[in-house]
Amino acid sequence: MKPKESGRRNFLKHGAALAGLAVGAARAATAGAMPADSPEAPAKDLHHYGERSRYETAARLGAPGLYDPAPPGYHMDFGWRNPIQDSVGYITPASLHFVIAHGYEPPDIDPAEHHLLIHGLVDKPLIFSMDELKRFPSVTRAHFLECNANGAPAGPTGRFRVSPDATAQDTHGFTSCSLWTGVPLSTILKHVGVKPEAKWIIGEGSEKGKHTKSIPIEKAMDDVLIAYGQNGEALRPQQGYPIRLLVPGWEGINNVKWLRKIKLVDEPYMGMWESTKYPSLRPDGLSRWFQFQMGPRTVITRPSGGQKLNGPGFYEISGLAWSGGGLVKSIEVSTDNGKTWREAEIQSPVYPKAHVRFGFGWDWNGEETILQSRCTDEAGERQPTVVELAKFWKVEPDFFVKTGTIPGHFNAIQPWKINADGSVQNAITF
Amino acid sequence: MILLAACSVAMAQAPDYKNVGRAPTAQEIQAMDIAIATNGKELPPGSGSAKIGGALFAQKCAACHGEKQEGSAQAPALVGGKGTLASLHPKMTAGSYWPFATTIFDYIRRAMPRYQEGSLKVDEVYALTAFILFRNDIIKEDDVIDATTLPKIKMPNRDGFIPRNLDEIHDWKKRGCKLGHCP
Repeated sequence: MKPKESGRRNFLKHGAALAGLAVGAARAATAGAMPADSPEAPAKDLHHYGERSRYETAARLGAPGLYDPAPPGYHMDFGWRNPIQDSVGYITPASLHFVIAHGYEPPDIDPAEHHLLIHGLVDKPLIFSMDELKRFPSVTRAHFLECNANGAPAGPTGRFRVSPDATAQDTHGFTSCSLWTGVPLSTILKHVGVKPEAKWIIGEGSEKGKHTKSIPIEKAMDDVLIAYGQNGEALRPQQGYPIRLLVPGWEGINNVKWLRKIKLVDEPYMGMWESTKYPSLRPDGLSRWFQFQMGPRTVITRPSGGQKLNGPGFYEISGLAWSGGGLVKSIEVSTDNGKTWREAEIQSPVYPKAHVRFGFGWDWNGEETILQSRCTDEAGERQPTVVELAKFWKVEPDFFVKTGTIPGHFNAIQPWKINADGSVQNAITF
Repeated sequence: MILLAACSVAMAQAPDYKNVGRAPTAQEIQAMDIAIATNGKELPPGSGSAKIGGALFAQKCAACHGEKQEGSAQAPALVGGKGTLASLHPKMTAGSYWPFATTIFDYIRRAMPRYQEGSLKVDEVYALTAFILFRNDIIKEDDVIDATTLPKIKMPNRDGFIPRNLDEIHDWKKRGCKLGHCP
């Protein structure tokens, strides 16, 4: 299977080749002192802090600006997508985790200067240093984080998502999964004492836009973390260093980065994003708001859009499944465009509200076909087809592409078309 | 056996986390208490009207939002869109879509102007809020907007959200679409 040489992929490879040339030149200068087959001297110190092989080129991809093309000097990038088609296992490296911060760059926070304030409807408001947060018992849990707009077929990036040339990064790049380490928010809330009239928490970030988000107290006391660790090290700045909220299974926007404050209050505070940008506008003009939970979803990452099968024969179909509803209970694959479904093999630990790697052995006979995958979660919710999702939302299927809004929570089954020449294309239709 | 029993009793009690965290000062709380409830209880003293807000807008906001608040490549429109929500080309502005007037004050003070966040004085935030409300025909040009009057304004699309009643958001069957429920 070879990735298709798209323009941006060429750019990445070309860049890597240039870097390789520079290293090669350095080696030539000292060639006499080294055996011909010895590894090249690294260009920089990788003993103290490592990095991947220069032959590995998977990279995040910036979503086009909301006002495409973005004006010069305009930093509103509207998101960087995880190269999910190149992923292995169920954990996303922090350096490839998708990034959305509504256009704000990470603030440069010195953890020695940073504090978390908890106040409002509590018995004793407290302010914590980052060292003090680490004095609480910690937990480490695998959880996916997914943007509400992941794979939205309309809106600023909709045309890339529905294009036959779309890769899995274009269609599903706004989800990632990490091992998060931190303090359960419930531990801290019990410590400060929650008053009975407190029904919501308001989290607030430290970036220029001071992102704010209202979350019901039931969720805050259930499984929300104040996370300071990601995959065994401190959070990356793009992921909220030094601390963020981690709100398992719920829309990405809840997971406030660069967290500086939590206020306990009696009602949602109607921040701009939650009350005016994240509600889903129905065709009748009414909007569903505070939808929170992400539905069950899967995507086949190999073979996926832009990749190529190297002739008939055996291929392992590989993909990811997840659900905000808890554990993924069953994952199925169809190699005949949804006519028949068979259970896939689960190939990673299964944690609630986390990515799960699945596999499915397949002998390709060389004929054109369409691959699909779907999952069912522990609550019994099954990933729908486009038609089933439309019926559930009481809209026509073409609403998803025609709407003038961003249709979030679009968790429909993703079909990949295998052409007779082995090329793979996005086959989603409406 | 007795030791084990004593141990399990000790484990059953949550630790008191003595001396983890300190009491914040009133100033520390006030500096961060910028989220505004729909009843406006965190609104600071001060006031402004659309007359003052219009001049400020031309100076500080029009470069991105347009002289007539029509929007530009850099920033969304702030006026218009009435009657467009039930269409395939909804124009979702503060006037046509935003459910609460307090959000306008909150967001301007929190995040505007872009790249100069936090530079506006409270009276300026009130005046700009008033100007946006006036340009959407929600208040009159000389109406004074302050901590008392702002939360009383009912926005045109306040009833356009499901569930309408904020207490019902706690009920998962009434919010979002899952397990057969799709409001």
